Amino acid sequence: MEAIVTEQVQDKLDSFLNKQVYVHLETTNGAYASHFDDQAYNVGAFIRNAKLIYKQARIVGTETAYRVGLKTDIGWVYAEGLSSWEVDEKKRLLMAGHDREGRLMVALQISETPFNY
Amino acid sequence: MEKHVVVIYPHPDDEAFGASGTIAKFRHEGVPVTYLCGTLGEMGRNMGNPTFANRETLPEFRKKELVAACQVLDIELRMLGYRDKTIEFESRDEIAEHLKSILEEIEPSLVITHYPDHAVHPDHNALGAAAIEAVKRMDTSIRPTVWAQAISRTHQEELGSPDIVQDITPFFQKKMATILAHESQAQGVLGGMNNNMPNDDLEAIAKERLGSEQFYTWKFS
Repeated sequence: MEAIVTEQVQDKLDSFLNKQVYVHLETTNGAYASHFDDQAYNVGAFIRNAKLIYKQARIVGTETAYRVGLKTDIGWVYAEGLSSWEVDEKKRLLMAGHDREGRLMVALQISETPFNY
Repeated sequence: MEKHVVVIYPHPDDEAFGASGTIAKFRHEGVPVTYLCGTLGEMGRNMGNPTFANRETLPEFRKKELVAACQVLDIELRMLGYRDKTIEFESRDEIAEHLKSILEEIEPSLVITHYPDHAVHPDHNALGAAAIEAVKRMDTSIRPTVWAQAISRTHQEELGSPDIVQDITPFFQKKMATILAHESQAQGVLGGMNNNMPNDDLEAIAKERLGSEQFYTWKFS
């Protein structure tokens, strides 16, 4: 993955406007968070292959922490803390944020075809 | 001597960190070992350091690493096809029956798995519980012994001392090679265990933390 370049990601987000897309959204601090630090809570959420159509998309932020929001007819999807991106060989937009050790903390991915189970 | 050992853990690398010294010891004695690996670690957070995987390519990397690790250990591998971080939401009954059918085919003398409720990760706890349920459902004439591995911070306090303590120092190099075969995970996991040692001295970290492997013999009532 590469460091996010706002204009390029915005273009890719716009390419999915008003199309039916599949979204993978995930955030996690890992299943071991409170094992290694008893002050920590394990938190995480993920949804894979949420099927939606968005009519507006925007990426906002600075080099280490971008936010992406998608507006649908009746709601919103957003992710915070994104820093890396790529368009993979299946033309899917993959965005992620990692901690200092390279561990994934957040992911937002958009595709016109369903993600593998 | 054991006839056949079956190891049941949910993630590629659980065998490496959890039981690879013990597995190497069994293989050294000529005992066949089969690893039933629950998932492909699809939701792992370690993407290699420096990062080389992403959420979509990670399962492919981890599958290759798992195959490589099993070659290092010279064991048979069977992938069970569940999805990372979802095992606790599956039907316990169905997983137990799935495992039972494989165990009845292999007829192992020993099964190694996680100790339910003392294995920290929800997948560890759930697959360990399903494995024990599977063995419990087997006819007593072919029912294998179960060694359950507890890694929670409170396990000694709540369960007492483990009755099986394997000094795996003679097989430590094999254990390290198995851990390092899981390239996308090794640095991150060992780095996370690091207390005072520099992050790059993986072997020192591993020896400090992983020199012995401990299990509780499961008591079927």
